[in-house]
Amino acid sequence: MIYLQLFLSFMKIGLFSFGGGYAMIPLIQKEIESHGWLSASQFVDIIAIAEMTPGPIAVNSATFVGYKAAGIVGGLIATIGVATPSLVLILIVSRYFFKFQDHPVNKMIFYGIRPVIVGLIFSAAVFVAQTAFLKESTVLNLSYMLENFLYIINFKGVLIFAISLICLVKFKINPILMIVISGILGLLITI
Amino acid sequence: MKTKSHLKLLIELFATFFKIGSFTFGGGYAMIPLIEREVVENKKWVTSDEVIDVFAVAQSMPGAIAINSSTFIGYKIAGKKGALVATAGVILPSLLIITLIAMFFSKVQDNPMVKAVFSGIRPAIVALILTAAIKVSKTSIVDKIGLLLAVLAVVLVVVFDVQAIVVILGGAAVGLGIYYLFPLKAARILSDGGHKD
Repeated sequence: MIYLQLFLSFMKIGLFSFGGGYAMIPLIQKEIESHGWLSASQFVDIIAIAEMTPGPIAVNSATFVGYKAAGIVGGLIATIGVATPSLVLILIVSRYFFKFQDHPVNKMIFYGIRPVIVGLIFSAAVFVAQTAFLKESTVLNLSYMLENFLYIINFKGVLIFAISLICLVKFKINPILMIVISGILGLLITI
Repeated sequence: MKTKSHLKLLIELFATFFKIGSFTFGGGYAMIPLIEREVVENKKWVTSDEVIDVFAVAQSMPGAIAINSSTFIGYKIAGKKGALVATAGVILPSLLIITLIAMFFSKVQDNPMVKAVFSGIRPAIVALILTAAIKVSKTSIVDKIGLLLAVLAVVLVVVFDVQAIVVILGGAAVGLGIYYLFPLKAARILSDGGHKD
């Protein structure tokens, strides 16, 4: 029952994703990994495509992963799955939310959750870095990685990362433009 | 007559949110100004004060901000049907576009040119996500406890392979724990506002 699995997995992702798109990446990655729906580099490509196409990353990646795992119907079901918790929760909670919004307990819960979200987004960067900075088919084993440090690092990737970071932080380049530029750089370096 | 105008409203809701879904790149936060322009300025369905409350709810509830805001605004304007129609509208463009791309991408992903392009894009995505983390940290990490929680979350997820859900619940538990066990500390945190906005 791949359809049911897709629906439940993406419902779980929708239910536990706070803080928008990037914070969801570790969550989606876990689900994809445990079901073997996509490879790590395929998933990173989806993040890139989701960033370049309109719409929320959550929806984009749900559609893409669902399509890859089980065709057009799979994409539809995964997308409905990721939207269902929002739909249900907003209908139930919105009426009562304002009463509790300023309640100290609610504030303290978010005091604890907010920094964790930052940690999750950072973890997403580490996860993507593994596929971006290491050569393909690298064994993720710490002692192996330390011994073969120079051999496994993809220096072109590190270079493009450094250029991108400077462009984004210093020159505030538009993210979509940055993706286009980095794609061209990737093509030029390889040729 | 009433049902006819209701139907017209639902169609208008769908069209508006379809438009919003079609033109926002970069996810939820990028959608906020567009939603504001459409539903407050153009359609005058909600006031600008109301829409700020909607975004507050959308951001503090689980789920994509775009979906949450669309559901909420749809509900405010036309009840449960409105919520459903607005949500379907905001999702549909992504669904169509991504399905087309996915069909196409499966055919070209092994092409050496495409591979080269994506080998350049992946490192840029790392930089993009890192930039987002830095940006969010500025408002979300306000003290040493916050910094500790963020570092702990990274270590647990990256090194110990702990599920993100567990880490989120853990963060909530820490907040609650401080509230019930260290009321003085909690009072100090709350009087500082809890977070910088």
